[in-house]
Amino acid sequence: MTIAEAVFYLLAAIAIVGGIGVVVIPNVVHAALFLVLSLLATAGFYILLSSEFLALVQILVYGGGVATIILFGLMLVRGRELPEVGPGGQWPIGLAMSLVLGGALLTAVLGSDWPRQTGEITMVSLETLAGALFRDWLLPFEIASVVLTVALIGAIVISRQEEGEA
Amino acid sequence: METAVEQIPLESFLFVSAILFSTGVYGVLSRRNAIQIIMSVELMLNAVAVNFVAFAAYTDGELFRGLIFAVFVIIIAAAEVGLALGLLLRVFRHRATANVDEVSQLKW
Repeated sequence: MTIAEAVFYLLAAIAIVGGIGVVVIPNVVHAALFLVLSLLATAGFYILLSSEFLALVQILVYGGGVATIILFGLMLVRGRELPEVGPGGQWPIGLAMSLVLGGALLTAVLGSDWPRQTGEITMVSLETLAGALFRDWLLPFEIASVVLTVALIGAIVISRQEEGEA
Repeated sequence: METAVEQIPLESFLFVSAILFSTGVYGVLSRRNAIQIIMSVELMLNAVAVNFVAFAAYTDGELFRGLIFAVFVIIIAAAEVGLALGLLLRVFRHRATANVDEVSQLKW
């Protein structure tokens, strides 16, 4: 087993354990921490796939942004004081559906013949990525900026305290 | 220098992505706390991004479209979490519960 394979199996184990921890653990704060674990393992995947910039973006945005937002939300909703509820009444159906979906996906993944790229792998440098993002994919990039602005304003408007509310 | 792409088959990354996605689906379907549902959605989006980047690295070398798409997936996921938590705070302030089973009626 080469080092790359060993690292991949380790990261895959961490990501899957983190993912299962998110959906199984009744304590909400612990589940949020398992989500952070899974997201950081995915950053490791990106490094393995030779996209280091995306790994850094993943750590900054997901680990530093999304996870922080979730933990802040838990703090404001007082997640620790909420009664620890187990899964809802329909968890057998949920489990069955997710197993069916997982089985279908795995059958498709392991059964089909994926095209291979012969020859060398082009390492995507940061300049190439930036050039593509700001030239070929400029319109989606600007639209994503608009989406972020709208989401920011929308979140502020939605969660604003109005008069007469506690 | 050998990159990981030559040593790890593509199916391994897709396998992990499929498992993470199914786990996220189970989380969305069977959790009652709204924040746990949001976290499961984040898990699904994360799995999708891994899928895109794996395909970009293995089959789309010069164009790396999957890499660009994964950037946008991350952006949209961050925006969506911010909005979802704003909604959650509003609902929590009004109903004092984050349990989605109790927030099942539209009008008070």
